[in-house]
Amino acid sequence: MKMYLELYASLMPLLPPGNSRFRREIKVADNATVQDVIDAYKIPADLAHIVLLNGKFVCDDRQQCKLNPGDVLSIWPPVAGG
Amino acid sequence: MSWTKKILRVNLTEGTCTPEPLNMEWANDYLGQRGLATKYLVEETDPTVDPLSPENKLIMATGPLTGTMASTGGRYSVITKGPLTGAIACSNSGGFIGNEFKNAGWDMIIFEGKSPSPVYLYIENDLAELRPADDLWGKSAWEADEMLHKIHQNPELKIAVIGRTAENGCLFSGVINDLHRAAGRSGVGTVMASKNLKAVAVYGTQGVDSLDNPEAFDKAVADGKEVLAENAVTGEGLPTYGTQVLMNVINSVGGLPARNMRDVGFEGAEHISGEAMHEPRPSDGKPNLTTNGACFGCTIACGRISTIDKTHFSIRDKADQKQYQGASGGLEYEAAWALGADTGVDDLDALTYVNFVCNEDGFDPISFGCTVAAAMELFEAGKITTEDTGGIELKFGSAEALVAVTEQLVSGEGIGPDIALGSKRLCEKYGEPDLSMSVKGLEFPAYDPRGFQGIGLNYATSNRGACHVRGYTIASEVLGIPVKTEQTDTDGKPELVKAFQDATALVDSAGICLFTTFAWGMENIAPQIDAACEGDWSVERCLEVGERIWNMERIYNNAAGFTADDDTLPKRLLKEAIKSGPTAGQVNRLGEMLPKYYEIRGWTPEGVPTSETLARLGLD
Repeated sequence: MKMYLELYASLMPLLPPGNSRFRREIKVADNATVQDVIDAYKIPADLAHIVLLNGKFVCDDRQQCKLNPGDVLSIWPPVAGG
Repeated sequence: MSWTKKILRVNLTEGTCTPEPLNMEWANDYLGQRGLATKYLVEETDPTVDPLSPENKLIMATGPLTGTMASTGGRYSVITKGPLTGAIACSNSGGFIGNEFKNAGWDMIIFEGKSPSPVYLYIENDLAELRPADDLWGKSAWEADEMLHKIHQNPELKIAVIGRTAENGCLFSGVINDLHRAAGRSGVGTVMASKNLKAVAVYGTQGVDSLDNPEAFDKAVADGKEVLAENAVTGEGLPTYGTQVLMNVINSVGGLPARNMRDVGFEGAEHISGEAMHEPRPSDGKPNLTTNGACFGCTIACGRISTIDKTHFSIRDKADQKQYQGASGGLEYEAAWALGADTGVDDLDALTYVNFVCNEDGFDPISFGCTVAAAMELFEAGKITTEDTGGIELKFGSAEALVAVTEQLVSGEGIGPDIALGSKRLCEKYGEPDLSMSVKGLEFPAYDPRGFQGIGLNYATSNRGACHVRGYTIASEVLGIPVKTEQTDTDGKPELVKAFQDATALVDSAGICLFTTFAWGMENIAPQIDAACEGDWSVERCLEVGERIWNMERIYNNAAGFTADDDTLPKRLLKEAIKSGPTAGQVNRLGEMLPKYYEIRGWTPEGVPTSETLARLGLD
């Protein structure tokens, strides 16, 4: 199935080539989870800090969090501001 | 104790500068900087005083860690009654002047009265005197800074100065130091101008040598620096991307207000984000971000130093104005949001130019951007016309209009004098008071209270109006520091807000930067204070002092005329639900949180500290 992956800040170099600043359309297995995408794109565990699925925080078990077609998965390393 | 134990009282009416001992009893109860200076203000002024009258006082204050080797230990604050709000005002700044006050041997400077003509205060160690500033008056903060350096022929001279907007009475003018650091919010610069005080120039050679336990201090400071270095946020995230990395985060979680908070979510956010600041631009192959920068003693270095594209419309005809051609203080998240998303403008160079001007002439980019946003909504509603704006089509999304209004504010032409009033008075003048996105007259920062329930309660109850750095619950509601809480929940938020507010009051009184708290807890801060200061400064005592300060500020505001009715949010944020995105349908549910907040604060349902609370905190 097709979905979207967004990587921000220092994770941007891990994105495959493409035109958008942060976002890529990617293909994943039909039963893929959030953790599967994190692993597939070699995002270090300690840098997958803010993880959003369609704008909602994925706080609990990423291995159990199933993806659906058209989902937007957005990931940031540890960042802050104010 | 790491105090010089000496303060300077400057009577501007009489033209006198008089040293006096620091009140150490008060320092024990209120620590320093924000807390201690507020105690002096409370004791020495009437809370109902007109903020711009000679009877108001203005205090520049350091903390016990200012000027020491503690990381970020260079902070100082400007404390007064604010003209924008009529509430207690305390604006905190970094840079290099806070430590210079200490180097010169002064913990605090109290300005009272009003000079009959423009003056600046010159300090060189024990020497302190008022000098004529007629030639400096009418100059921008940057021009005045350069002139003072030329007069004194001392590159080490540190300067805090107001710009032309403060002189013209703009109610959200700040005090600029080191060219692009600012005591920016609440109009503290306007109070300074009302006293005919243009600048403070200080040079010192004494250093801080009065630590209570130097050995323990060295260890506590080294431990603290190690924590900052090893923390992913303070060790890497903030130095690389600065605060601006939040633009995309906050937009993605459904909390970025846009177009005078009419909308939540800004389609142009990515173009004005921290990531965009790193991208090479077509004209010269260079990014907006030139480098990062650090204030005195800081081991985080979150500051942005930027350069405007020379081909950009804002400066391409200003080749003779060298101040815009090189690198200077760049966009931080709050400024980028207020000047950008809130006005609907996604032109990074336009925002950078306006930010330069905010520094050049010393006015708050948050209040300015929000006031322009309110004016844009009034313009689109037909309440403000091109007759009022000097011909500017003041529409959301127009970078040209934003730049033109900025220049009008400085020159005093067109709509500039109306913008200078701030959004509350502007919207009242044009008959639409509900369009002002402010609390107690202070404009909102960059987090929508409908998307984050806790920050909404903090805004409503903040002692200086809608301020994020009085209780930055975003750390918890978004960033997971110290623990993640659900942003749209109200449960537990009164406790969270109180904890953040009290801890922040302590940090703001210590002489260090609030950003350390992304890595440090009170268990990291208390040992540094304990080693620097006489007596036992445990975590518990630090938190009690923070709570005491918060209540003292509240009592001042109540005496100034504020009531529980002022602990609220604009109707838009309580009634108009977010239309789309991950937080669609949300309004701020302040009514669910406020009674509990009063209760855990030990206040009556009317928002007044009870006699038991006053006794517990030693405020009776």
